[in-house]
Amino acid sequence: MHEILSFIYVNKEAIFIIALSILLGIEVISHVPAILHTPLMSGANAIHGVVIIGAIIVMGHADTTASMILGFLAVVLGTLNVVGGFVVTDRMLEMFKKKK
Amino acid sequence: MNILQNIPIGDSVLEISYLIASVLFIFGLKMLSHPESARKGNFLAAIGMVLAIVCTLLFHRKDGKPIEHLGLILAAIAIGTAIGWAIAVKVKMTAMPQLVSFFNGMGGAAAALISLMEFPRMAPELIQQHGMLNGHAIAILLGLVIGSVSFAGSMIAFGKLAEKIGDPKLKFMRVVNLLFLVGILIFVVVILSQGKVEPKDISWMAYALLGFSLIYGITFVIPIGGADMPVVISLLNSFTGVAAAMGGFLYNNQVMLTGGILVGSAGTILTVLMCKAMNRSLLNVIIGAFGGGGAGLDKVAGSMKEISVSDAAVLLSYSQKVVIVPGYGLAVAQAQHICHEMEKLLDEKGVNVRYAIHPVAGRMPGHMNVLLAEADVSYDKLHESEEINDDMRNVDVVVVIGANDVVNPAAADDPSSPIYGMPVVRVWEAKSVIVMKRGMGKGYAAIENFLFYNANTRMLFGNAKDSIQKLIGEIKNL
Repeated sequence: MHEILSFIYVNKEAIFIIALSILLGIEVISHVPAILHTPLMSGANAIHGVVIIGAIIVMGHADTTASMILGFLAVVLGTLNVVGGFVVTDRMLEMFKKKK
Repeated sequence: MNILQNIPIGDSVLEISYLIASVLFIFGLKMLSHPESARKGNFLAAIGMVLAIVCTLLFHRKDGKPIEHLGLILAAIAIGTAIGWAIAVKVKMTAMPQLVSFFNGMGGAAAALISLMEFPRMAPELIQQHGMLNGHAIAILLGLVIGSVSFAGSMIAFGKLAEKIGDPKLKFMRVVNLLFLVGILIFVVVILSQGKVEPKDISWMAYALLGFSLIYGITFVIPIGGADMPVVISLLNSFTGVAAAMGGFLYNNQVMLTGGILVGSAGTILTVLMCKAMNRSLLNVIIGAFGGGGAGLDKVAGSMKEISVSDAAVLLSYSQKVVIVPGYGLAVAQAQHICHEMEKLLDEKGVNVRYAIHPVAGRMPGHMNVLLAEADVSYDKLHESEEINDDMRNVDVVVVIGANDVVNPAAADDPSSPIYGMPVVRVWEAKSVIVMKRGMGKGYAAIENFLFYNANTRMLFGNAKDSIQKLIGEIKNL
């Protein structure tokens, strides 16, 4: 019990961010019309590509050949997620432009 | 004051850039949920991402050391950008859902790889103090499990949507899946209870956990029907968000934490919304007890009646109000452009043509809107099915193109049907209905559709594109 409580204390900032972000995510999405479900999913998909930051950090401090290779792969995959995600979303939304 | 002066400027700039990026993500997501601002929102989020990446490359420090191997990292980013861009630009609009699944899998794999590399490098002080039961170990293991489940699951979903993987009916999979899930949880607990060990010595455990999670990702998605893949992708999308957030916790990196959790919670809500549009619970989708059932053909009163192309052309041309109900069959036949042509032609003849879009028409909610928008169909001709339903009695002809379950009257009046209660387009209330269909087959849900046997329904069999093409020719000749 003491362990858990001290864990919460030590990581209080992260726990705050997590709790508030969850509420924010729910609030931001809850009134979206069905037409936008697909682009929204795709856009959210691009945003979790932020995992690339972690890949860059791990690659940037890699010390063995194995971790260099894995890190390189992680950066490539993370970039695929980011670039592919944003470009596909943009392509979808481009079509929603109002026609003259 | 002294302490403040010792903080390098780069560190502060980095944190400020993360704050800005997080705010841009939130605004981006908010704007993405309104049709007018959606594109700008996507752009804002992308700017946030670029900002975070560039500042990380320039200013990130770990124990005072800057990012090394900058050349290689830039090369990796260049490769990823080139491939991602090429795929995203080239792919057809009908293949959009599987593409989202593919990119989602890439993110999951990246998260799993990060965990795999960080596992043996866990700080020795941390383990000396708390043993393996510490925040970093939990974040690493969760990132590993969730990331690899998301990767494997997304790849299977991708295969299913691309119709490379079928829907095996495996009832025992439910038990196997549950066992696997419990097994993974037990394994995580075992690793966490290792006490004061050198993480390098037990890194085989991390690899074994990776293997189990990958298998679970496959067995989790395999038994779920292809029609439910959008829900699964949305769910896996939120999984990857959580996996990314675990990395944020590990590195004490705020932008990963906010971005990841934001997607995790928004993705979960989106998943629930999609389930609601199909009148099903998430659990029902995952367990996959769907399809078949309902009243059999023996209750059918009447028979299917075909209509010739020329009769259909006359019927349409002399109507006042026409409603088109597009379904997945239209997308498969790539008939959206030709359909728009027919609509324009009828419009010129003074017929009022509207589209009734069911929330789950196509392969993903909103997918049909994307496809029709691609074919230049004006945004204000697209109506949600609810709006059209109120006016259905005044509609002269409804043209159902490649849709089946979303126009099934059983959803409204057969309590024994598995789709009972699902919102549908009530086309049977219109004065007459023309159904364009490839063959006599059932829809995704494998349920009989009595609409086809109604007195005021006429069938036009054949590939949707060919049928509409012929129809246009006939209408022009009138």
